[in-house]
Amino acid sequence: MVTLSPFDLALAGILIFINAGLSLLLRLNIGRQLMVAALRTVLQLSLLGFVLKFIFDLVNPGLIALMALFMLATAGWEVMRRQSYRFSGIWGFGIGTSAMCLSSFLITLFALIAIIGKDPWYAPQYAIPLLGMILGNTMTGIAIGLDRLTQTVWEKKAVIETRLMLGQKFSEAVSDIRRDSIRSGLIPIINAMSVAGIVSLPGMMTGQILAGAPPMEAVKYQILIMFLIAGGAGFGTIFAVGAGAKRLSDGRDRLRLDRLGKKT
Amino acid sequence: MFSARNIRIHHIGPLSLSLRAGECAGISGPSGAGKSILMRAFADMEPFSGDLFLKDTPHHRFSGPEWRKKVALMPAESQWWFHTAGEHFPSGFPEENAAALGFSPDVGNWEIHRLSSGERQRLALLRILIHRPEVLLLDEPTANLDRRNTEAAENFILAYMEKTRAAVVWISHDPEQLRRVCHTLCKLEDGRLTGTGKVLY
Repeated sequence: MVTLSPFDLALAGILIFINAGLSLLLRLNIGRQLMVAALRTVLQLSLLGFVLKFIFDLVNPGLIALMALFMLATAGWEVMRRQSYRFSGIWGFGIGTSAMCLSSFLITLFALIAIIGKDPWYAPQYAIPLLGMILGNTMTGIAIGLDRLTQTVWEKKAVIETRLMLGQKFSEAVSDIRRDSIRSGLIPIINAMSVAGIVSLPGMMTGQILAGAPPMEAVKYQILIMFLIAGGAGFGTIFAVGAGAKRLSDGRDRLRLDRLGKKT
Repeated sequence: MFSARNIRIHHIGPLSLSLRAGECAGISGPSGAGKSILMRAFADMEPFSGDLFLKDTPHHRFSGPEWRKKVALMPAESQWWFHTAGEHFPSGFPEENAAALGFSPDVGNWEIHRLSSGERQRLALLRILIHRPEVLLLDEPTANLDRRNTEAAENFILAYMEKTRAAVVWISHDPEQLRRVCHTLCKLEDGRLTGTGKVLY
């Protein structure tokens, strides 16, 4: 494996400066954002590198759990931030986060214990990256699914209420919206699986190959990750959209848009 | 038959209203007085305080959907979500009723987006009767209709009341219409119902 020196990275960083210069020249007004984002990448990833080194050295289950909870909370926050209509109160954070907790954690546990089978099963070299990848993708699915649900319910308020007035149950009146929302949350992972290896070389696999792993081993890991992600995104989105739809109604099968905040 | 006691919703109430079987109560009042919101409370479409009774059974003994099948609200603006008119009638299109409202027998195959607002409103009237409600809450049921169709719609509703002894609450801006169809008239203003007296017939 070829080790990268800070000079190598600085050389690649020139590309960012050239792009920022182009932005100035073409008045794209994106140069500042680009620089800030690049800086954030350097800082965040370096920090993560330090933390991971620390955690890998210690192999302390408590510490790993803490890291996992921190990742979960961040992902939950991100799901909430991506909603144009947020559930008010604890629900805005709670629905997405509990959905991710259920799906990502359970699937990571399943992968660590039943498939990887390292001793101890929480070996951080496996646990943290696996959880990270599953969480990241589950987060996308849940964020899209929930956003689609709340937006469509807002748009179709009058139709849903008419269906309720005709005696339909709430679950019946929003059944097609719920289905569409779950579907839209699953489309990114389905697309990713369909074009994997043809249009895109998955990042994880590329990383492993660059790090010197035999291609076939890298491929096997990538397939495993894809399946885990698809499972996580599926369970997570179904749970989140289901819970969200439930929260939009009450025991009297009324539509409760008052439980959503203002559009952000 | 149907009674509402001490209903409060938003800025409205507390107010009460009671209807006997086969009775029609008209509600008029300035726009923005909350007539439609009051009807939403009657149909249990929004949280409210107070009690609703259907033949002395309190509304919470029914599930929300059960209640709304018996106490059916028809909003001023009708909504459609399938492609054709007929698909909105899962238990078969009521051709006989449709004829009474001036539709030809093939109306079930018509595409919703090609219908006029008046046609949609008359179809909504057919649709609200699917579950044979015991109380009809009608919010401006003839707002988009011309004189001939208004008359047909009024007669249609009166015939339904006659046949099933359903009670009706009828919101209208047209005092003439309320005088034609209602037994009692009241006015919703400043959150209060006034003039609840037997007026006609």
